[in-house]
Amino acid sequence: MPWTKLQIEKEEPIYDDHADEDVRKLSYGEALREALDQALERDERVYAMGQGVDDPGGMFGSTLDLHKKYGSDRVFDTPLSEAAMIGMAIGSAMAGLRPVSIHNRPDFLLVCMDQIVNHAAKWHFMFGGQVPIPLVIRSCIGRGWGSAAQHSQALHSLFVHIPGLKVVMPSTAYDAKGLLIASIADNNPVIFMEHRWSYRHKGHVPEEVYSIPFGKGVIRRKGEHITVVAVSHMVIECLRAAEELAGEGISLEIIDPRSLKPLDEDIILQSIKKTGRLLVADLSWKTGGFSAEVLAMAAEKGFSYLKKPPVRIALPDIPTPSSFVLEQAFYPGVSDIVQSVKNMMDT
Amino acid sequence: MNNIDKNTLLELYRSLLLIRQVELKIEALYPEDEMKTPVHLSLGQEAVSAGICSQLKKEDTIYSNHRSHGHYLAKGGDLKAMIAELYCKETGCSRGRGGSMHLIDTSVGHFGSSSIVGGGIPHAVGGAFAYKMQKKDLIAVAFFGDAACEQGVFFESMNWAAFKKLPVLFVCENNQYAVCSHISARQYSSDIYKRSRAFDIPSRKINGNDVVEVYNKTKEILQYVRGGNGPYFLECSVQRWRGHAGPGDPLKDKYRHPADLSREEVDSLFNFQHKLLAEKIVTQAELDDIKQKIDADIKAAFEFGQKEPLPDTAELEKYLFAE
Repeated sequence: MPWTKLQIEKEEPIYDDHADEDVRKLSYGEALREALDQALERDERVYAMGQGVDDPGGMFGSTLDLHKKYGSDRVFDTPLSEAAMIGMAIGSAMAGLRPVSIHNRPDFLLVCMDQIVNHAAKWHFMFGGQVPIPLVIRSCIGRGWGSAAQHSQALHSLFVHIPGLKVVMPSTAYDAKGLLIASIADNNPVIFMEHRWSYRHKGHVPEEVYSIPFGKGVIRRKGEHITVVAVSHMVIECLRAAEELAGEGISLEIIDPRSLKPLDEDIILQSIKKTGRLLVADLSWKTGGFSAEVLAMAAEKGFSYLKKPPVRIALPDIPTPSSFVLEQAFYPGVSDIVQSVKNMMDT
Repeated sequence: MNNIDKNTLLELYRSLLLIRQVELKIEALYPEDEMKTPVHLSLGQEAVSAGICSQLKKEDTIYSNHRSHGHYLAKGGDLKAMIAELYCKETGCSRGRGGSMHLIDTSVGHFGSSSIVGGGIPHAVGGAFAYKMQKKDLIAVAFFGDAACEQGVFFESMNWAAFKKLPVLFVCENNQYAVCSHISARQYSSDIYKRSRAFDIPSRKINGNDVVEVYNKTKEILQYVRGGNGPYFLECSVQRWRGHAGPGDPLKDKYRHPADLSREEVDSLFNFQHKLLAEKIVTQAELDDIKQKIDADIKAAFEFGQKEPLPDTAELEKYLFAE
């Protein structure tokens, strides 16, 4: 069994967001594949590329066999030349195509930051609106089985910092499909960041084409006591924590922003107006990270709503270790969320 | 030169002269501090732009770098919009958001200029990729300097272009200098054209100071690229007469020798004009007419650029995202 699957299947129980309903369900990976399939089918300008998109695994299933359906001109493997390939995507976008560039891990995007940040993000603005760059850059955050420091980085905070980029992080199968379709339809560069453990989950996914607007968060669970803003896989962890805390009479209101940039500030502010407490659960490091941005926004625009100092659950400021005991200590999970919530309620 | 018809020769002359006169005018007015943008003058490198772009279709696309003026003008970019851009105006070709290093005119196939050295090379490959996919009879041309060939993305781009047999022409303008640093301080060999051969991309090195040589040698190269044979790599030896940025004088700054910049050796316009007259292809009066027209256009463009409105500060965020 491939190592990327092994620990996930052992440690991450399947989360079915429509467990008791008889509806059409897809896994996160199947939902991504369906979105890409429908985009390729409906728009001949769309093409998908990336190292291994046409291999037997099909990028964790999310591109499986699409090259057979659309041909190797539109779904193809690439050399490990991330800078040239993103640059190529930009050039092709200027010539009228709509590229989807798929990367196994965000870590590899660091070798093409020049093309993403200096070029894709700037082109429309710097040339006074003459050249839109419709470009989707997918990547999948790794975790576990000793993925270690270079195969596990959640780098969304870096991209959120850059004007000209949109950043989305779906946590459910439904959002994975809707946000991918929205990203491909968008006329700007979109950083589309997945989580490897999200591929374990499934949920209701309609067959028709639909898109989810950027900058529109969603309340995953209604609650009264603490507003929890959770990113990507942390949404699932927070939902589990909420179940546990419900037994103790503490209710969490869990907000999934879905798109980090643009950010749905209103849904967060409306919630803290009600609860007076804010906890942010992020996948990236604490210092200078996305969680800091949410807290800053809440302090600037909702300071008077806050009854307690806001709290962040984020990674400690160290690279990801490989040993499984260190991994367990490194990643915050349900128990950390539960403990933080209790501390907030006590003080 | 005899193989080129008179109209084409005059077109080449016009293109060379336009770039030369625009650059000299910028240089003359730059000390007024009204063009608040770092200019990288194309003086001495006009022949490459003129010789190649004169043979491209309007819809063929070029991708430029920080030394962008020559490429832009030779491809037919709007002169008034360029000068307005240098004066930071809303009617500039990049709406005052780009400046001298970031010119663009998509209406004539000029698809932008990157001031990150080497950054535009893969864009040309992407254009060529799109044309092949769309089955369009178009080619893409990347203009870059010798220092761009030190970037990883240069090699990555050649690999992909060769592998996919894309209709792209790589044009390296080797002026030997990265700011003040000579190529001998930076590269294993100054024969850059040999590198593409590792990818079986044919290549040659030509005298980029001679517009007739550029024209003639590029003619067959463009046929090769347009004929679906894959990419080609062209290295053009040129001389940058001025400093890296701003007017600047490499002789005064003592990093170049006067012999490097002798007019007979490096002045494409001077030599071309001399030949046209010596071989009685044109009369002085015909050349004077062309110059008069160009100088009038330049005068009008500078007047336009100077009087046009600056961007509205209320529109600071405009153009961040496309609709």
